[in-house]
Amino acid sequence: MSHDTLAIIWFGLWGLIWTVYFILDGYTLGTGMLFPFIAKNRQERNQLQEAVGPFWGGNEVWLITAGGATFAAFPSVYADMFSFLYTPLFLVLIALFIRAIGLEFMHKDDNLIWQAACKWGFFTGSFLIAFLFGVTFANLYRGLLIGANGYEGNLFSLLNGYGILGGLLFVSLFLLSGSLWIQLKTAGQTATRAYRFSRILAGVAPAMLSLFFMATVNRTPLLDNYSEQPVLWVVPVLTLAAMLLTAFFIFKKKIGYAFTAVCVTIFTKMAFGFVGMFPNMLPSRIDSAYSVTLFDAAGSKLNLTIMFIVAIVFVPIIIAYQSWSYTLFKEKIVKETAKGYQ
Amino acid sequence: MDEVLLLSRIQFAVTVFYHFLFVPLTLGLVILVAIMETKYARTLDVTYKRMADYWGKLFAINFVLGVITGITMEFQFGTNWSEYSKYMGDIFGSPLAIEALVAFFLESTFMGIWLFGKDKFSPKLRAFSIWMVALGTNISALWIITANGFMQNPVGYVLKNGRVELDNFWELVTNPYAWYMFVHTVVSAYIVGAFFMMAISAYHLLRKNETSFYKKSFKYGLAMALFSATLTPFIGHQSGVFAAKMQPAKGAAMEAVWETQKDMPFHLIQIPDQENERNAFEAISIPRLGSFFYTNSFDGEVIGLKDIPQDERPNVELVFYAFRVMVALGVFFLAVSWYGLYLYRKNNLENSPRYLKLVLYSVLLPYIAINAGWMVAEAGRQPWVVYGLMKTAEGVSPIALSQVIFSMASLVIFYTVLLIADVYLIIKYAKKGPESEVQFGVGGGVKHVS
Repeated sequence: MSHDTLAIIWFGLWGLIWTVYFILDGYTLGTGMLFPFIAKNRQERNQLQEAVGPFWGGNEVWLITAGGATFAAFPSVYADMFSFLYTPLFLVLIALFIRAIGLEFMHKDDNLIWQAACKWGFFTGSFLIAFLFGVTFANLYRGLLIGANGYEGNLFSLLNGYGILGGLLFVSLFLLSGSLWIQLKTAGQTATRAYRFSRILAGVAPAMLSLFFMATVNRTPLLDNYSEQPVLWVVPVLTLAAMLLTAFFIFKKKIGYAFTAVCVTIFTKMAFGFVGMFPNMLPSRIDSAYSVTLFDAAGSKLNLTIMFIVAIVFVPIIIAYQSWSYTLFKEKIVKETAKGYQ
Repeated sequence: MDEVLLLSRIQFAVTVFYHFLFVPLTLGLVILVAIMETKYARTLDVTYKRMADYWGKLFAINFVLGVITGITMEFQFGTNWSEYSKYMGDIFGSPLAIEALVAFFLESTFMGIWLFGKDKFSPKLRAFSIWMVALGTNISALWIITANGFMQNPVGYVLKNGRVELDNFWELVTNPYAWYMFVHTVVSAYIVGAFFMMAISAYHLLRKNETSFYKKSFKYGLAMALFSATLTPFIGHQSGVFAAKMQPAKGAAMEAVWETQKDMPFHLIQIPDQENERNAFEAISIPRLGSFFYTNSFDGEVIGLKDIPQDERPNVELVFYAFRVMVALGVFFLAVSWYGLYLYRKNNLENSPRYLKLVLYSVLLPYIAINAGWMVAEAGRQPWVVYGLMKTAEGVSPIALSQVIFSMASLVIFYTVLLIADVYLIIKYAKKGPESEVQFGVGGGVKHVS
């Protein structure tokens, strides 16, 4: 394989790892954002904790892997992305702390203030992670203010209309995914309440997605690749189709299908973005000469080859034991036996 | 720019110390819990289940903090050290990515299975899953130290395209510097876990709570303490000899050696004077022992700091005192462990309140020792970030001072809150003691007369 081919493969893997992270953590983040509104008492909180408890840590590792893979395969993208987006990334980091602690420490003390702080921490952390990553990726589609002297923007230049729309799209998709997950994993009042949220979100999320697509046409150069290769249009068409199917299955009360469809929506939405960015990894809004492409940033051939072999060997193993862990916890969690984090 | 550099260094030091409050306990405690789970799976004796649950709970509180403070470390290479990441990323990034793929997934996924499968799954599956967590945490140490080993002793690279590129992966993963550090770190980390278990057990033995439960727990901690505290001096000595050979400046700073010399004595008491490039005070000297410590030979030559350019020397006093603290504590752990064995063999443990109090109040010392050791490794490498290849000052990101102030202030506030919550919970659950046997009788398969 030539160096360029390897670099392109790694671009694909890079996109895939981010996408898997958003699909998996999407339902956890959604559960976190819905938590205060669905769980009304200790038993119900236990139910929701147990719905995500066995999985969230493993899901978050996909994010760490996304960071590590960026570092290993595209060192200068890693360096630029993290230093350009310094403040938002530290906010994500703090949000990751609050989410984890809020979830795991909630019932470790009976003090009501402690419990309320944890509950809202779980909510706030989950919301911020979803929103900030949505903003970040929207800005990658739009292009960053990269000039001759590096990054010229700040936190507030990321919070432009399109960026905020991207954040809200992530929030609504993850809320939808979380509401479906709660119905899949728990029985009783929690599932009933989650279904009510699903019905509302089945309207909100498609609206957000349509707005986002329209704004993408107007505000970003993302569609240039699609004009060159019209066959690629199949990707956003699939996104819309999967989104509409999600809504359809929700109204048909086929929750398993709806959850699958929302995962496909997230998958194809991310694919839509990465296909549009190609071969840029950090596109410049100022001048494309300042954009960082995957070819500029790629690691050496030897490094990419070794990392590719490691990925080929270990990713299937990881998928195997992670899938196995889902089958271990396939029983619905009911109020009477749910223990949550003790 | 200088302030950005200084604050970025302080931020890295602070966050890595925080992270390393949680990691060493994880490394050792998980093995002890895994052994208890294995015992339970084999014997179905409910005592072991109670032990695994009690110590496992403390382990779980600590584990989650280790995970989240670790993410900060990964982020910071990019946020604050972007020039370093660009220059070194081709060789430094892959151990980090492999760490995630090989270790983090394993530990997190099986941690979920173990934590939520306790009352659902068979004892064998419990034991298997916690062993997978143990494997994951220990493999994770190997890969992150492989990355650090490259910073200490760069191997397997070539300078190409204006950066360091990977040339030989095998050399990178068999870097002897990394392996010395790995064994030394992991075995020392077991002392943290061992003393943690011994100290909490001592607390309850002093109060005669659940005496048989805590005596048994003490025995587990003691066994691990004997193993690790006995091995550490040998491992530490060998890795020190190797470190001094590869990085003479670090080596010379450890004992504050100013003049290059053979047949060097060892001064039990010594006060270095960095400004005047001499030792202000030396006492209780043992002839030729210094040379042995450095070279494994009583007449070996030790390079002095005066033969190393001043701008390539670390902060001698910092490295010197950190090294002394580590070694002195190492000797202390050795003594406490063996005296503990003596008392245990005489079946006199619970009647030795002074010993138990000593163990109880020593609980934080292994943390200090292992962090002092890393201070020697990291501060001793300065001014280099990658020894001989890149100076720390060259690695910093072109970021604004306000950004670093923001990140450091928010990290310190959050970490302090986390640490208070962690200590509060650990003390609370450690004091509370294990769940009562009666409750376990129901689910544990043991009949109780009630």
